Amino acid sequence: MQLIRAGVTAGVLAAALTLAACGSDSNPSGGTTPAPDGATTAAVGTAAAAGSRIVCTGAGDLKSDGSTAQQNAVNAWIKAYDRACGKTVVYSGGGSGQGVTDFTGGKVDFAGSDAALDPTKGEVAAATKECGSPALDLPMVTGPIGVVFKLNGVKDLTLTPATIAKIFTGKIKTWNDPEIAGENTGATLPSTKITVLFRSDESGTTQNFETYLHTAAPSDYPATPSKTWVGVGQGKTGSQGVQQALTTTEGAIGYIEWSYTGGLSLAKVDNGGGPVALTAQTAGKAVAAAQVASNGGDDLTLKLDYATKTPGAYPIILVTYEIVCSKYRSATTGAAVKSFLTYTASAAGQNLLTSVGSAPLPAPILTRVQAAVAKIS
Amino acid sequence: MAAVLELRDPPDTASPRSESLDTGSPDAGSPTGNGPAAAQIGDRVLRGIATGSGGFVVVLVLLVGFFLVYQAVPAITHDHVNVLTSREWSVSGGTLRFGVAGLLWTTVLISLLAMVIAVPISVGIALFTTQYAPQRLSQPIAYVIDLLAAIPSIIYGIWGVTVLSPELEPVQRALYHLGGLPIFENQGFASGSVFDGGVVLAIMILPIVTAISRDVFERTPRHDVEAAWALGATRWEMIRMAVLPYGRAGVVSGAMLGLGRALGETVAILLIVSAPANGAPFHASIFDGGQTFASKIAGDSAEFPSDPGPYIAAGLVLFVLTFVVNAAARAIVNRHKEFAS
Repeated sequence: MQLIRAGVTAGVLAAALTLAACGSDSNPSGGTTPAPDGATTAAVGTAAAAGSRIVCTGAGDLKSDGSTAQQNAVNAWIKAYDRACGKTVVYSGGGSGQGVTDFTGGKVDFAGSDAALDPTKGEVAAATKECGSPALDLPMVTGPIGVVFKLNGVKDLTLTPATIAKIFTGKIKTWNDPEIAGENTGATLPSTKITVLFRSDESGTTQNFETYLHTAAPSDYPATPSKTWVGVGQGKTGSQGVQQALTTTEGAIGYIEWSYTGGLSLAKVDNGGGPVALTAQTAGKAVAAAQVASNGGDDLTLKLDYATKTPGAYPIILVTYEIVCSKYRSATTGAAVKSFLTYTASAAGQNLLTSVGSAPLPAPILTRVQAAVAKIS
Repeated sequence: MAAVLELRDPPDTASPRSESLDTGSPDAGSPTGNGPAAAQIGDRVLRGIATGSGGFVVVLVLLVGFFLVYQAVPAITHDHVNVLTSREWSVSGGTLRFGVAGLLWTTVLISLLAMVIAVPISVGIALFTTQYAPQRLSQPIAYVIDLLAAIPSIIYGIWGVTVLSPELEPVQRALYHLGGLPIFENQGFASGSVFDGGVVLAIMILPIVTAISRDVFERTPRHDVEAAWALGATRWEMIRMAVLPYGRAGVVSGAMLGLGRALGETVAILLIVSAPANGAPFHASIFDGGQTFASKIAGDSAEFPSDPGPYIAAGLVLFVLTFVVNAAARAIVNRHKEFAS
């Protein structure tokens, strides 16, 4: 009897201690994971050196809201900007939809969104009415989406859009499927079952990934892209949820924003121009291939070419826009927005992006963004 | 909680004889030395406060119910599928197609699973601390159990997803072969199944059920216990004849409180249990993924559509479900009370 008592107590105590220990050390790493390409220190150094060149104009604190995809990037910018100007820019990552609603409702000074204002939903009209001038979509952050996998013994993997589509729709079920093996000659692929992981919450990342599959492999992914996942697999909430599951599930594959892929294996994507690994350069090259589909003026809505066969261009990308008024009702607010965005579109601001897992805009598009920002008043 | 239970105690336990066994606490009904006028004001003030509090909570719940119905009805009338029987969830496009059947199933399944695991263990812990363990051991155990209740659910969630879920995989694989019942069928959710969530949920409701069971077992009337001993009962027979019948109502109401927590648990479930893909076929298996009402609402809250009506409709169904469960619990408690006395 005495023995049993002691055993039970010890068990209960051990359980409690285990729980307590987990509370302190198992928190998943946040979005501040350094970029996977090691460019971190260089980029930060440049930005710090350029900090003195931030031009501070306009008065008052700025309020903004929107896409979580660019939250890490905007937070890094805000930190540098606030230090230089002694002002406060607030960016609440309420999601793209919330950002647009807040902007058209006059609650924020600018919004971040992973999709340009949609004229068919009346967003352009509402924004123009609120601004009293045309509203602009300015691309600012390139957020590449990584195809991430966990497979014992396999580090290097190349996939074509058709194969990715078949994996994510459940047509390819095991890792040693002939189609995967055919694209990776020389690799030893295990017969492990493929576990597809997706974002269960509504997400611009999902929409962009689905748009990529739908554009680059239309016959294998016929579903209309939306913010909700259409395919097979297990849903996890948020980029962190997918990242977490990827680290623990053998044979898993998923899509997540680049900033969350630290320490995980990224697949190379072969759109037809050879295998391309995800780096800031390859993602930038894909943005450079995009068309500016603006409705005239300084609006710079991009039409991304997901099916691009340009060698060395990583095609699965997401571009987030800053949505601003071309002429603010308050001149001081306009000057403050202009000041902040001048910094974010500057070389220093763009260089900072690689340290937070985003990629800088390519020069041709960046020049046009800088020109548009200069006209904000 | 103890106070509430005491109110429901059968009258004979509050008899002067059993109270005199206590350490001489003053009789609750005795005057406290103030004059009759002061006592009258005190009576009136207390009555006012008590009535106000009671009325306030009723009005609050009615308003919550009214708000939910008011906000949910437009979405439900524009729904293109049956809100109760459909498992579809497509709310961001132009047409609303949403139903709560999947959410309802997962919510009920995961809560029942947690109950099946937690209630027997809780009763065991309560019996151990009140009947078997010496005083110096039962107190520390009580503290440890209460400590479990103080851990935030986000911690349970992170622990569940990083530590427990991978460890449970072999257990899950073993259970696949249990009789070939559909409820144990392998659905390919090696980690992040409803089963994983249910186990963590069980640990989370353990302290509530244990604390209340312990309270009622401790209050087993002395004369019942003595009578059992006098009949020559063994310890197990004494527990079966005196402690368990007396404590049954308390255990049931503790279990119902735990069930209430399980039905509404959000963050831990959101982190641990994987959601099945939109349009995936339905499987009645505890090894499938799923979303509960609370985890669905929390998961989508970052990107709510401009009209959150469908989510409010889901909240309304959860509200009704909780109400029904509590009403059932009340009915069970009342019935068992007669047995106990």
